[in-house]
Amino acid sequence: MAAVKRPPFPVILVANDLLEGEVVFASEDGWSRDPRHAKVALDEAAAQALETFAAREFLHAKVVGAALVDVELRDGAPVPRHIREAIRASGPSTRPDLGKQADFQI
Amino acid sequence: MYRYDEFDERLVRERVAQFASQVARRIDGSLTDAEFLPLRLKNGLYLQLHSYMLRIAIPYGTLHARQLRQLARIADEYDRGYGHFTTRTNLQFNWSKLKDVPTVLGLLADVEMHCIQTSGNCIRNVTADQFAGVAYDEIEDPRPIAELIRQWSTLHPEFEWLGRKFKIAVSGATHDRAVVKSHDLGVRIVRDAKSGAAGYEILVGGGLGRTPLAAQVLREFLPREDLLAYLEATLRVYNLDGRRDNKYKARIKILVHEIGIEAFRALVEEEFARIDKARVNADPQEQARIAAYFAPPAYQDLPEVSRKLEEAQIRDPELARFVEHNLFRHKRRGYTAVTISLKPIGGTPGDMSSEQMRVVADLAEKYSFDELRVTHAQNLVLPYVRLDDVAEVYAALKAHDLATANVGQITDIIACPGLDYCSLATARSIPIAQALSKHFADPEKQKEIGEVSIKISGCINACGHHHVGNIGILGLEKKGVESYQITIGGDPSETYALGELLGPGLPAEYVPEAIDKVIAVYLAERQQGETFIEAYRRLGLDPFKAAFKEIADVVA
Repeated sequence: MAAVKRPPFPVILVANDLLEGEVVFASEDGWSRDPRHAKVALDEAAAQALETFAAREFLHAKVVGAALVDVELRDGAPVPRHIREAIRASGPSTRPDLGKQADFQI
Repeated sequence: MYRYDEFDERLVRERVAQFASQVARRIDGSLTDAEFLPLRLKNGLYLQLHSYMLRIAIPYGTLHARQLRQLARIADEYDRGYGHFTTRTNLQFNWSKLKDVPTVLGLLADVEMHCIQTSGNCIRNVTADQFAGVAYDEIEDPRPIAELIRQWSTLHPEFEWLGRKFKIAVSGATHDRAVVKSHDLGVRIVRDAKSGAAGYEILVGGGLGRTPLAAQVLREFLPREDLLAYLEATLRVYNLDGRRDNKYKARIKILVHEIGIEAFRALVEEEFARIDKARVNADPQEQARIAAYFAPPAYQDLPEVSRKLEEAQIRDPELARFVEHNLFRHKRRGYTAVTISLKPIGGTPGDMSSEQMRVVADLAEKYSFDELRVTHAQNLVLPYVRLDDVAEVYAALKAHDLATANVGQITDIIACPGLDYCSLATARSIPIAQALSKHFADPEKQKEIGEVSIKISGCINACGHHHVGNIGILGLEKKGVESYQITIGGDPSETYALGELLGPGLPAEYVPEAIDKVIAVYLAERQQGETFIEAYRRLGLDPFKAAFKEIADVVA
């Protein structure tokens, strides 16, 4: 499933794992639960490669809802610009003990 | 309380097996995502921001202690140790895994629970007055008809794929505590002015969301034997004539609004005249069987007043405050209905830990004939507590942060999960609720302000009922930033009203100050004994708008 509308660069690919539901990020080495491992696409070709990967993984029932998300780089790690995706990559803002923020001490 | 018969049991078990097979086929790829989506929704399984979310039906908000205990077990073994009670008196788990859901559904079936029809375009969980069966102002207990409607609407073949979701609420009291007018269809138990017989007033076409409309009277008095035939006629007209071309215009409220209540009524009455009533209406014996489950518990004969409680209150002012705010007048002498606030100061409205669930389940067993209720305001109720036992119940609640004495007060805030969890949300709700709760935490200040409701939604779908909050807050996104619109004058009760907008949206940090301004107008202008909503009705919007403008101008 290709993203319908491509956000501005840089972008990362975010999805939900089909079995677990957990938010996952396309990394150099398949999917990662850790947003800091997300592969950052800086140009058209890299974004297209992520989209191709997303389409294949969706077809093979590995993930759902895969989409490119625009990020900024903070200390070299990608952080989504939009609040919705930032919360998704971090966890509920009211429960620092839950989600990625807790799992990875982000 | 109702107990499953063999048909209920078989139906729920079959559905668990069916969904387990559907999950397996989704995982092995033989069902596509598009094929699976409506199937998982029919079983209450959503995909939210962080994970899957499982919505469990609590029919008409009534729970057994053992059911709550089972929910605690599921929270611990298959989720993150807590659950969230919603404005539709359901329970949501926020961290479900698809692979675990069939097992969880099996555990729910073990205690006569399920997730059927908690999502999707079908008749949803029927909600009711949380004080059903115990309220002093009740004409008749609405739970037997709520159960009847549940049975009739569960997997009803004609109404499995409606144009849009369909929500029903029932009330049997003179005061409306079930927000009946916000529902697609409302049933109020009333007495016929002439004969004195009990029957039903049927309301239709209410709803919040992007097009808030108050339900209108469809039938002033329906004889009780015709309830299901009349509901079936109403649903049939909606199913056939409701719009399907546009999701946002597909609710029954739009149909009623577009053709007018008179034309809609004519269609329903025509269908009702044609319907085979004997086939559709419930067998009186079956109705009696259901009603028997809701017979009053084995009450003791007690004095009106509890000396024990009175003396305990003198010793403990905090208990006295709890008694003042969290007890509801019971129809039975010497008893009370205790509301357990799930709104601790600074907490998440409606959230409950597994440990708290077990504590409350124990209390229900020991002090309330094994029964609990869930309220649309995201609180719980112990419906049958002896006044003599209140101090003990309070002490147990207090030990687990469950004794907040704020029911109906400004910190008893309704809030949807918002952007912290929900994939539809445009802004966060919970942090706003928490900030306001802390802002108004002082019990003396709360007492001075008195009865007022704040309701917060994180998007226009209005799960947080903001339109009917005395003070309503709607979180939107404005140029990538969260922005909050404030309305006042909403009322969910029998004096139903939708709130009116005070002005432009504000950033989150200005919301408490804006609410302060609104409350200050009320405190300055109120007359003796006047509540916030009563003062608003007398004063009108203008003075509140003028006070709000001071904040809006600063922001602008």
